[in-house]
Amino acid sequence: MKLLLGIGGSDDSWHALTQTAERAAEAGDSLTVAILENPDSEMSPGEIEEKVERTLGEYDLEADVRHVEGDPGAMLVEIGDGEGYDQIVLGGGQRSPMGKIRVGQVAEFVVLNAETSVTLVR
Amino acid sequence: MADYDYPEAVAGPFEAPPVEFEDREGRPIEIRVYDAERDFEALCEMYDTFDPADRAQGIPPAREERVRSWLDVILDEGQDVIAADPDAERVVGHATLVPDGNEAVELAIFVHQDYQGAGIGSRLIRALLGYGAEQGIEKVWLTVERWNHPAVNLYESVGFESSSVESFELEMALRLN
Repeated sequence: MKLLLGIGGSDDSWHALTQTAERAAEAGDSLTVAILENPDSEMSPGEIEEKVERTLGEYDLEADVRHVEGDPGAMLVEIGDGEGYDQIVLGGGQRSPMGKIRVGQVAEFVVLNAETSVTLVR
Repeated sequence: MADYDYPEAVAGPFEAPPVEFEDREGRPIEIRVYDAERDFEALCEMYDTFDPADRAQGIPPAREERVRSWLDVILDEGQDVIAADPDAERVVGHATLVPDGNEAVELAIFVHQDYQGAGIGSRLIRALLGYGAEQGIEKVWLTVERWNHPAVNLYESVGFESSSVESFELEMALRLN
């Protein structure tokens, strides 16, 4: 499988990366990590990349890591559909203080617009 | 969630609990502030038998042990009001305000399916807001699935205003003090 994982630095996106890296290492999937523009993130794109590389290293996984500029949802759909990916993977949302799951805007856009299958990791 | 647009006008006033009334099915209902010792088991029982189709945005959790750990957190941190049917010895509704760590609180309300459509939710949310106002709470927000019209109507009826639109979920906010 050829997987495209979008990451913007939110907690749920790190969880998605860990889960995906673990499975990709086991299954021999080919993984591309797209670092997305996220104005809400406290980490810079460079810091996110470092942490991504570290996580991939923990699973002994080689992956293509790239920085994606522009609207994150639109770019993920364009890359996922346009470059023959089998699946787009994203964080499955954050929980509110009450415990309600809130799906992120990028995930909503991708779910509604991608032709490629989408996985939201919980 | 500090960036909600809260209405300028204070909502209410709302009658604080205890409130007693007869629901539309003729059952006596008591709305009162949650008391851990008296109400915890009956509240768990309400959620253990909660219709899975009435869950929203992942709560209440589906499995019993998760219900308890979820309740532990919100009952510990939040302000809670329950609706009880004393004749049936049941807790049939629960409404809660949980601090968001940002000087505001998140609201949620649940009414057991056996007691829906009987006017309980409307009395319960008013009692919760009355209790919250007494406690000095100023800002209340919630999210609701956009297509959940009965819930959206209930929230609007007590003064919640929608504050963002481009999402599966509607964000709504209200000022209490």
